[in-house]
Amino acid sequence: MNTVFNYAVTFASLCFVLAMIFALIRLFRGPAAQDRVLALDTLYINGMLTLLMLGIRSTSTVFFDMALLIALFGFASSIALAKFLLRGEVIEP
Amino acid sequence: MLLTLIVLLPFLGSVCAALLPANARNAESWLSGVVTVACMALVASLYPQVADGEVVRAIIPWLPQYGLTFYLRMDGYAWLFAMLVSLMGALVVLYARYYMSPEDPVPRFFSFLLAFMGAMLGIVLSGNLIQLVVFWELTSLTSFMLIAYWYHRPDARRGARMAMTVTVAGGLCLLLGALMLGEIVGSYDLDEVLAAGNGIREHPWYTPVLVLVLLGALTKSAQFPFHFWLPHAMAAPTPVSAYLHSAAMVKAGVFLLARLWPVLAGTDEWFWIVCSAGASTLLLGAFCATFQRDMKGVLAYSTISHLGLITLLLGMNTPLALVAAVFHMMNHATFKASLFMATGIVDHETGTRDLKKLCGLRYRMPVTATVAIVAASAMAGVPLLNGFLSKEMFFEESIIAGSESGLRFTLPAVATLAGVFSVAYSVRFIHQVFFGPPAEDLPRRPQEPTRGMIVPSALLVAACLLVGILPSRTVGPLLETSMRSILGPDLPAYRLAVWHGFTVPFYMSLVALTGGVALYVLLCFRKKTMVPTPLLSRLDAKRAFDVINVAIVRGAGRLARFLFSRRLQTQLLLIVLLALGVAVLPFLVTEWTRGDMPLTPPDPLFALLWIVGAACAIGAALQAKFHRLAALIMLGGAGLVTCLTFAWFSAPDLALTQIAVEVVTIVLFLLGLRWLPRRLAFDTVDRQTLRARARRTRDAIIAVTSGIGIAALSFAALTRPRQSRLAAFFFDRSVEEAGGRNVVNVILVDFRGFDTLGEITVVGIVALIVYALLRRFRPAPESIGVPRAQRDDVLQGALPERLDDPLPRGYMKIPAVLLALALPLVRVCLFCLLLPGPR
Repeated sequence: MNTVFNYAVTFASLCFVLAMIFALIRLFRGPAAQDRVLALDTLYINGMLTLLMLGIRSTSTVFFDMALLIALFGFASSIALAKFLLRGEVIEP
Repeated sequence: MLLTLIVLLPFLGSVCAALLPANARNAESWLSGVVTVACMALVASLYPQVADGEVVRAIIPWLPQYGLTFYLRMDGYAWLFAMLVSLMGALVVLYARYYMSPEDPVPRFFSFLLAFMGAMLGIVLSGNLIQLVVFWELTSLTSFMLIAYWYHRPDARRGARMAMTVTVAGGLCLLLGALMLGEIVGSYDLDEVLAAGNGIREHPWYTPVLVLVLLGALTKSAQFPFHFWLPHAMAAPTPVSAYLHSAAMVKAGVFLLARLWPVLAGTDEWFWIVCSAGASTLLLGAFCATFQRDMKGVLAYSTISHLGLITLLLGMNTPLALVAAVFHMMNHATFKASLFMATGIVDHETGTRDLKKLCGLRYRMPVTATVAIVAASAMAGVPLLNGFLSKEMFFEESIIAGSESGLRFTLPAVATLAGVFSVAYSVRFIHQVFFGPPAEDLPRRPQEPTRGMIVPSALLVAACLLVGILPSRTVGPLLETSMRSILGPDLPAYRLAVWHGFTVPFYMSLVALTGGVALYVLLCFRKKTMVPTPLLSRLDAKRAFDVINVAIVRGAGRLARFLFSRRLQTQLLLIVLLALGVAVLPFLVTEWTRGDMPLTPPDPLFALLWIVGAACAIGAALQAKFHRLAALIMLGGAGLVTCLTFAWFSAPDLALTQIAVEVVTIVLFLLGLRWLPRRLAFDTVDRQTLRARARRTRDAIIAVTSGIGIAALSFAALTRPRQSRLAAFFFDRSVEEAGGRNVVNVILVDFRGFDTLGEITVVGIVALIVYALLRRFRPAPESIGVPRAQRDDVLQGALPERLDDPLPRGYMKIPAVLLALALPLVRVCLFCLLLPGPR
């Protein structure tokens, strides 16, 4: 059971990191700014998932708090970028 | 206790006055009046003690181990000045109530006036040299605010700036002098300084101390060659001039000279420096005053001249001259303040102060005319008025001091000549304004002012008369008490009397009076030469000041251009190069070695993660110049990987901080991006030249070297076992001494508390600036236009054309709702992080 679990977690982490690499490629290639913003968002989500995998592996609950915060902050920065693209300004009077 | 109250009361009143509404003219005047009269009563109540020769003291220890105490002391001399300051303050407040127009924002005026009075009382009553300098600078500061009261006028701003530059620079010299005096004596205590006169005069530092103290006193008292600020300070409201420029602030300089007279005077240096400054100011001021066109200009130059007279007396090194100097300080304050008030009345009622336009006002304003004539006669030194007495003493002393120093004829001649001019400008002042046919083309129809304006002036004139007729009955005891506190119990014999017989000084007075009238008559015949001042109109000390000012500003600019670049690239280059150089230094003597700790086995997942991060960082650097948004997004990616790294190596708190910082960075950069120009045109041209390539190669080399260096350093540090002496220190002490278990937090808020205080102060300032920039200093919507991102939508009619028009319904609604839901959560999380604190 434990070995299977270990393999599963490692495999999942590998997949998430690979996803990050693919997101990175999109981030570099663009072509539109919107693509890059989405790529960053994907990076954030996969980073958060990697962190969750770490948490499962080490059976510590701290990682879940952090994952939550990364999700929140990643969302906030994606929104900020999106608003910049749409409106040209992040905080409007 | 009473003493502390005397100094504290005006400052308290100042705070209260500042808080009253802008149009509360009566409330302000009542408040200020009560404060000034209370001060006066407190000072008066201490007279019996002071008259017995006692020194009243109030000591509040502040940093006693450094010799710093808040120490107030009042002896006879300080009493005299404290009385003068508070009495004048009360009269000026009464006068200002009627002088200030309802449109003027009076809280500012009364608040600064009271603060000035407090500072002045502080100077007078200080028993500690450093404390005296602090109050000294406070008077400079408040006088700046008072002179610039009508700050919409350029001359007021200029005059205020000039006054402040000169007096504050002098104050700095005085601070140096006070520090050196304190070093010599071993204490800043005024009692000990005054007791150490001989030691100071024989000390090798005597001359520098003397020069520094004199620089402070002479700038404050507008002595040549620093006299030029006073005429320009006349842009102040007239009550301010009446208070600051006749009774209080300019007297601070001569007050200090007399205060330190027992310590510093008595040497040849003192005689020559002080006398030459005083004599040249006396003559210059009197000469210039004769040719002024502005009524306040006449008074300003005459003040300069009278202060020169006092300085000259102080420089004569005889106790009798000191008596005359202090006596003249009082007399000058009374008649000059009353003249300033009369000028203010004339200005207030006619709308002009121009001596060429004013004429024949005695028909319409008989009371004002009478008051002004008596005061001006006192200024000219007419018998039966107080000015005559002190001038007579001055003439007598000039003869004595002249014969002692080998200037047997020069000093009396200078004194008489100054007397001639003094009479001339006094006669001109009165004759042109109040006599002759009534003027027709005045801006306003003159009439007698309200009683409130004339009463203070009249009271002062009454004092002039009383002192002039019955000197020994009125001012005699006060003068004696004050002199005893400076000179000790054995006073020189002097006689305050109206009539001394047919002596040389009497003839000198006679010559001055007749000569002055004759000079005026002569000048009247040659009216064309009246303005501008003959001989001296080209020599303008103010212009010299401006030239020096401009030279300093230009020099500073040049230095800044030499040392500083506005370009971020240059700044970064210098910073990085410096860091690199410093980091390389140790490797000149030792060589780099890695430590003995074993390496952790490599994890392929982690390596892949780092590849992502490194690629993001390099990409950000490459794109930073031409694709800012892309670079910013990549920066976000690199930040994320950093955060994951921290988490991977089990530092969750660092990881959390990092992720918060990342988001804030992105948002702040986005805020800035909107205001950056799209792309500089010359960059594309510039890109291919050889020079540009060389520069870029150089930058790349520096960057890579620094990066590798940092990596090598961290590697070397991380492979060594922890040197835990420092850590052990903090671990041992944090619970015991600071009472906290989270050592990092304890270090931040306790062991390095001051650092943190500085940091949060800076952060606070930055936050305020950001707030101001976001809220107040946005360019108007008309001038900035629509951001590029919205332009297409605007063209298609989907969005309004102006930025401040309401948006279409539901526009950007979903992100707004989502964020409104998410941000409170973020706030709660951050609050949870904040709560544990140092415990």
